[in-house]
Amino acid sequence: MAQRSRAQTADHIRHLLETEGEAIHEHASASNERRGATYAATDDIEALRTEARAIKEDAIDRLPDLIETVREAVEANGGTVYVADDAADANAYVADVVETRTEENGVAGETDTPSVVKSKSMTTEEIDLNDALAAEGIDITETDLGEWVLQVADDTPSHIVGPAMHISRAEIADLFNERFDPDEPFETAEELTQFARDHLGERITEADVGITGANFVVADSGTIALVTNEGNARKCAVTPDTHVAVAGVEKLIPTLSDLEPFVDIIAKSATGQPISQYVTMLSPPTDSPTLDFDSPEEPITGGDGAETTDGTGDPDRDFHLVLLDNGRMDMREDDQLRETLYCIRCGACSNSCANFQSVGGHGFGGETYSGGIATGWEAGVHGQDSAAEFNDLCTGCTNCVDACPVKIDIPWINTVVRDRVNRSSEPESYDFLVDGLTPDAEEGGLDPGKRFFGNIGTVAKAASATAPVSNWLADAGPVRSALERTLGIDRRRDLPTFQRESLVDWFEKRGGVAASSRRTDQAAARGSGADLDREVVCYPDVYTNYVDVDRGKAAVRTLEALGVPVRVPDLPESGRAALSQGMIATADEQASELYAAVAEDLDAGRDVVVIEPSDLAAMHREYERLLPEASFERLRENSYEICEYVYGLLENGADPSALSTGDGAEPIAYHSHCQQRTLDLEAPTVAVLEQCGYAPATSDAECCGMAGSFGYKREYYELSTDVGERLQTQVEDADTVVASGTSCGDQLETLLERDVPHPIELLAPGGRRP
Amino acid sequence: MTVDTVGRFERALEGLEVGLERVSAADAGERIERTIDEPAVGAPLPFEGVSLPEGVTTEPTAGELEAARTGVTPVGFAVAEYGTVAIESTPDGAEPISLYPDRHVAVVAESDVVPDLSAGFERLAEGFDAGRDSVVFATGRSATADMGNLVHGVHGPGDVDVIVLEDR
Ligand code: SF4
Repeated sequence: MAQRSRAQTADHIRHLLETEGEAIHEHASASNERRGATYAATDDIEALRTEARAIKEDAIDRLPDLIETVREAVEANGGTVYVADDAADANAYVADVVETRTEENGVAGETDTPSVVKSKSMTTEEIDLNDALAAEGIDITETDLGEWVLQVADDTPSHIVGPAMHISRAEIADLFNERFDPDEPFETAEELTQFARDHLGERITEADVGITGANFVVADSGTIALVTNEGNARKCAVTPDTHVAVAGVEKLIPTLSDLEPFVDIIAKSATGQPISQYVTMLSPPTDSPTLDFDSPEEPITGGDGAETTDGTGDPDRDFHLVLLDNGRMDMREDDQLRETLYCIRCGACSNSCANFQSVGGHGFGGETYSGGIATGWEAGVHGQDSAAEFNDLCTGCTNCVDACPVKIDIPWINTVVRDRVNRSSEPESYDFLVDGLTPDAEEGGLDPGKRFFGNIGTVAKAASATAPVSNWLADAGPVRSALERTLGIDRRRDLPTFQRESLVDWFEKRGGVAASSRRTDQAAARGSGADLDREVVCYPDVYTNYVDVDRGKAAVRTLEALGVPVRVPDLPESGRAALSQGMIATADEQASELYAAVAEDLDAGRDVVVIEPSDLAAMHREYERLLPEASFERLRENSYEICEYVYGLLENGADPSALSTGDGAEPIAYHSHCQQRTLDLEAPTVAVLEQCGYAPATSDAECCGMAGSFGYKREYYELSTDVGERLQTQVEDADTVVASGTSCGDQLETLLERDVPHPIELLAPGGRRP
Repeated sequence: MTVDTVGRFERALEGLEVGLERVSAADAGERIERTIDEPAVGAPLPFEGVSLPEGVTTEPTAGELEAARTGVTPVGFAVAEYGTVAIESTPDGAEPISLYPDRHVAVVAESDVVPDLSAGFERLAEGFDAGRDSVVFATGRSATADMGNLVHGVHGPGDVDVIVLEDR
């Protein structure tokens, strides 16, 4: 794999931030907001998403049958189906159809070139159809305005839905003024649109063949569903007498009734519209008369096509459905990549992604597809190398999981591909230093930076044991430059300060479980405890245990004050760090070890309380893939986020006045955490803060931009800061800012240049204290 | 019930900046005439006692279609929830007539306005069974944001009017 160097990657990202960032952010974030509002206003959105996913699961399961079904249906309608193995196969077939049809119609003479109009289709981008047809001497014009802008600019799409989203109006105007040299220079969107409409209108009326994609293909009726706002797909499909639809095989759904939920949800997820302007459902060849603008005097309905009643449409019409495999049937066999085939290409995942909002698809994409799900598509259709280069930009924040209308676990697909990329790397410059610190389950060849962050628990343990020396060392110039060189840790980042005394040690020293029970009894005697007979295992995640020990202490004190005895055993890592580097084998091992370590507590009826949201998310989401089902369920049902747990205690009668309370309306800014939001756990923290006398204002920025180790990496420093600044502007006016995640807190502390504690530190009895 | 449904249809269309007029069959011709910009082309209206006004050319030539400023077509049914009209691909050219001219005037019987998308899909399925298996759900006006701002009337109509035949 031709890897860019860190410096090259950083340069490329910086360039995109400067050139395309603004336009992308404006459009993607607006679409995302509209999607959020529309989802929220749709009563049955969850049912709709569940149904849509179920239909896709079933359709992909039955795909070979559906291909036969659609072949029969289209042939019965009078059209042809061609299943193309790969890009070359599909392109050759389409070129052949175009040449044959133009010859038959006698319009392709020596001087006349066959002409094709096309409506937007990522699938034809995937196979580079335009280049292939041009090589055959065929004239091809994009009719979707965004695609056409790209064609004129000789640029590539940066978004599945808004391909030219990265180009501003002013840039389009400049481009068109230069290229078309109008009498009056174009300025407004109206002028540009009017020009495009006229120019493209002519191309459409002259064209020999119209090519479209298909958003869905209904197998049993041979119906092509096209979803557009402009109307160009309708024109391309019905104006020339020949229509070629090119669609990936995964677009097949069984019946017309299966189409309904998708018609209902696709625009909602793509742009936040309730429904698109045109949902075109054609079972071609259609009964619509062909339009021959070369003979303007002939009635359009006067040809042989008039009064067709035999159910095979206008006999002048020709229709070809090209179903593209190009790796999809193999993806179907791949347990990890299969989900990608459920994708309906709405772009919601991209719009919801903070990194995408900053750098767009040209930062994210492989050869064709962009955004979070691109990794799955590229790995499937173009191979791993195409997916590898930038799947790094996925921080695993899970914003897209809530946005995706078919509930694809996009972060997991990214993790899987990362893992496969790791495994395919050649063992090289093996770093003995990292090697010594990293007793993981991975094979050689893994990038040292990944390996370091994936084993952060071991690193932290060693650093804590040698603190404060390790901290001085880490801050020293030569060490920072070595860290940057070997591990890619940007020297502009503050490194975590490791504490000499870990949370586990602190807890033991103050008397362990026995002391905790004593304190709890005192709280009960004061009547501040909850009406619950519970015991808690407080999970010492790496950061809480070695770096942010204060929030661990605050959690312990809070639980005790509310009447719950706590234990803080030395527990294995959750696997979160390994997962974020794509080290699935390591994560799998750690998940098993952690489960084994808490099994007895679970059997004894104890609750597991987790402070770091990303660790809880590992237990509640990824462990489903790593643990036996019963173990996963058991741990998930008995593990809680700290503030969620406190909320439960207050609901069960615990007295909030045992905690540090505000004056009832004390304004604070609260930044939850991406994965915490996906787990619906922002609300309990807000509720607890309110019950304790604060008036929290929550941030709605998609991400803090740090997301685990992501923000430490040298190549992503500027991107991380760009994302962080959007959050910064939302919270900076508040006197007190609290954040639930370590990385969120780190990022905010750097940008705001002040302390950003965990909410539990604000709430703990006695307030913030060492 | 029907009245409510048409009311809901009207509100949805308002949000899309599409006009809706309710008329009786007897008044329809006159009202359509007032709505159109000439030259106009049309597909024959299949409602008893309702005919297209004089100035609307049916069976247009390709040249007339290209030059027309208004296209008048019947629609099979409408979905009140979203303000959608269902345009069928018919041999008399309803689909291109509804698409090419800058203004589309859609004529629908009140009894064919269904409340929501599910009811719309039931009607769609009935049509498919009867061989009417190419249908466009058109909602509002053609639009694009690709040139930097939202602009209406790109490849399709920039103006849409809906006429509901109250006694049908
Ligand atoms: S993965 Fe989901 S959200 Fe992303 S484009 Fe596909 S369907 Fe849309």
